[in-house]
Amino acid sequence: MAALISITHLTKSFPGVKALNDCQFELAPGEVHALMGENGAGKSTLMKVLAGVYTKDTGEIHMDGKAVDIPTPRAAQALGIGIIHQELNLMNHLSAAQNIFIGREPMGRFGLFVDQQKMVDATQTIFDRLHLQLDPRVEVGELTVAKQQMVEIAKALSFNSRVLIMDEPTAALNNAEIEDLFRIIRQLKSQGVGIVYISHKMDELKVISDRVTVMRDGEYIGTVPTATTSMDTIIGMMVGRALEVHQPVAYAHTGDSDAVMLEVKGLNRGRSIKDVSFSVRKGEILGFAGLMGAGRTEVARAIFGADARDTGEIWVKGQPVDIRAPSDAVKFGIGYLSEDRKRYGLATGMDVQSNILLANLKNFVSMGFWLKRNDIEAVAQKYVGQLGIKTPSIFQRAGLLSGGNQQKIVIAKWLLRDCEVLFFDEPTRGIDVGAKSEIYKLLHALAEQGRAIVMISSELPEVLRMSHRIVVMCEGRITGELSAAEATQEKIMQLATQREISAT
Amino acid sequence: MSNLSPMSPTQRLKAALFSQSTRQKLLAFTSLVGLMVFFSFASPNFLQTDNLVGILQATAVNGVLAIACTFVIITSGIDLSVGTLMTFCAVMAGVFMTYWGLPMYVGIAAAIVFGALAGWVSGFLIAKLKIPPFIATLGMMMLLKGLSLVISGTKPIYFNDTPDFSYISQESFIGYFFPSLPIPNAVLILFVVAVVSSLILNKTILGSYTFALGSNEEAVRLSGVNVDRWKIIIYSLNGAICGIAGLLIASRLNSAQPALGQGYELDAIAAVVIGGTSLSGGAGTILGTIIGAFIMSVLTNGLRIMSVAQEWQTVITGIIIILAVYADILRRRK
Repeated sequence: MAALISITHLTKSFPGVKALNDCQFELAPGEVHALMGENGAGKSTLMKVLAGVYTKDTGEIHMDGKAVDIPTPRAAQALGIGIIHQELNLMNHLSAAQNIFIGREPMGRFGLFVDQQKMVDATQTIFDRLHLQLDPRVEVGELTVAKQQMVEIAKALSFNSRVLIMDEPTAALNNAEIEDLFRIIRQLKSQGVGIVYISHKMDELKVISDRVTVMRDGEYIGTVPTATTSMDTIIGMMVGRALEVHQPVAYAHTGDSDAVMLEVKGLNRGRSIKDVSFSVRKGEILGFAGLMGAGRTEVARAIFGADARDTGEIWVKGQPVDIRAPSDAVKFGIGYLSEDRKRYGLATGMDVQSNILLANLKNFVSMGFWLKRNDIEAVAQKYVGQLGIKTPSIFQRAGLLSGGNQQKIVIAKWLLRDCEVLFFDEPTRGIDVGAKSEIYKLLHALAEQGRAIVMISSELPEVLRMSHRIVVMCEGRITGELSAAEATQEKIMQLATQREISAT
Repeated sequence: MSNLSPMSPTQRLKAALFSQSTRQKLLAFTSLVGLMVFFSFASPNFLQTDNLVGILQATAVNGVLAIACTFVIITSGIDLSVGTLMTFCAVMAGVFMTYWGLPMYVGIAAAIVFGALAGWVSGFLIAKLKIPPFIATLGMMMLLKGLSLVISGTKPIYFNDTPDFSYISQESFIGYFFPSLPIPNAVLILFVVAVVSSLILNKTILGSYTFALGSNEEAVRLSGVNVDRWKIIIYSLNGAICGIAGLLIASRLNSAQPALGQGYELDAIAAVVIGGTSLSGGAGTILGTIIGAFIMSVLTNGLRIMSVAQEWQTVITGIIIILAVYADILRRRK
């Protein structure tokens, strides 16, 4: 079979990071090709290159055997490559038909008015092709997420797409809706459309895909036929068999170190957190593993008071505490370092010293309001030195520093506040390799000082390397707890994909 | 990027001199000087002492209101109620002094306290009830306008029983010692308010959080700062400063005019924007705002002296505001 799409030797770098290194990928007409890998493996980047969102550095993309250049999303559309992003891009107040033909509405007489009928008819034709029972005139905002996704698929097909990329299409769907989606995927398959299917859910891949390509750390690992390959083999490819056996981190049981610093009982919040209970001890690093969207960030935010919780008790040092806002949490010595530093961690427009002092300004004023400038500058300077924050001065705008240094600023903020319980949410995301190991050292040092640390991470090697104990979440629930000694990437992956329906 | 040595004082001075905010201030200041040079050539009357004093006097009220707005705008909020709040405070001063015959200092205190109270209400609406600042203060603008009319019975309240009251604005304390410098007290008060505000903004915890809120409110909240409380304090301060503006205008007119006030908020916001404070928050200076206020009054005065028709003055002011904001956008794009 001639390849519909063939990608060879593709390389893509972002400032400071090599996102894709010598990658390859092949898609046949009428094939569902699953693309798998851990978070950050480069799947989305690769597909964004194919969809014209990013431009490649080197490498070649062939379509029907001819080399093609895809500099923009528009070029991808023209070639018949459509992408359905994880977050849907629809305008809720417009009808399905309007959404599908936005920007290229069929014009009626005089080219003045949109020919509504023509647009509705064209939409109906696409819906028919998908055997989809949906009125083209219905307002998109009134549809379920599943139906909205169908509209997105219809939109992609309206460009006569021969390649359809779906990024975690089932993330927000229930089982019946997933069945619907699969029916449509099979329909498209029979019409010769090639589908790239990105997903973490093993059971789905078994059902829907023909081949699986696995990526890891921005590199191509291998392609296998789904039917004849076991899940364990695929997981093995994802995590890397060659990886050296990790050294379990010994948890130092010294004196009062068994003291439980934070205990959470029966935490619930809507659909995102379901009956979560755990505790973390003094001097301990508790890893929170799981796939993206498993609810780990939500748990941290709920404990920190950033989001309201439905039920659940929080105990700090054996005392029940009432946390309703981040200011309460900080009062009880809990700090939270967000996964999205630029949005939730830093005031990027302000200088380094202001950011370091952000949580602790109150202790640097005299008479209740007057800033002690000298003390502030001295302490900021001290932390810049201590954590090795690379900045021309403490008056540099935080937004101009690298990711690793920005993270250190946020850490400095919480150290200055002297928090005893620290939540690190993806502490090394967007940070280059060198700075990563520095952050790791810092975390260990903090634990040794007797702080209790909860580290949320989607990178398995990181979780294994850092944690004394590992809690795994899936779909809002804790699906298991592993000691450092017994934890392996395979075991974590199994727990992380243990969905409620498939769980026995 | 690699060395950690702190900047030497001269480096710091250089950095400050060539920083963006300084350039913006220089631009505004140069525009002000340019306007003055232009008008002094265009009309021989412009540089007359009487005219200059008039400009100063005219800047005082708008300047104080603009300072009030500066705090709120730096937090990336807005206050549309400053004009009618000013009038409300003037009316309250009248109630205390003229209706109830209380001494002048009580009236002065009342104006400032009621200003702070009204600001507190705006802050409460915005911080606690999460009403967008634009809407909350639009409501307050109308509410306060109505209250002023109700309380005063829609009639001006005159301060005939307290003749000293007019000194606040009209007399010249400086002119008493230096007769050649008849700078009205109102301008002195503007100057004091500006200096104090500038200190608050740059040297206190309140100022730090004002900038931080405008820069990234969510990050401040997640740092465990009680964001709601600080917001309410900032709007209260804004209200208290409006109270001072109320005293200035009541003193100048020797009466509280309840129908006055609407429209002042737009002049104040314009002065803030011309002065380089960004409406998206996180940046701004009091000095810039003062320069902005002077640009507005020099422009109005100069065009009047050149006998430009009132309607054209408004057109030109509008163009200046648009140009000022565009300059700000160009600066940001770099």
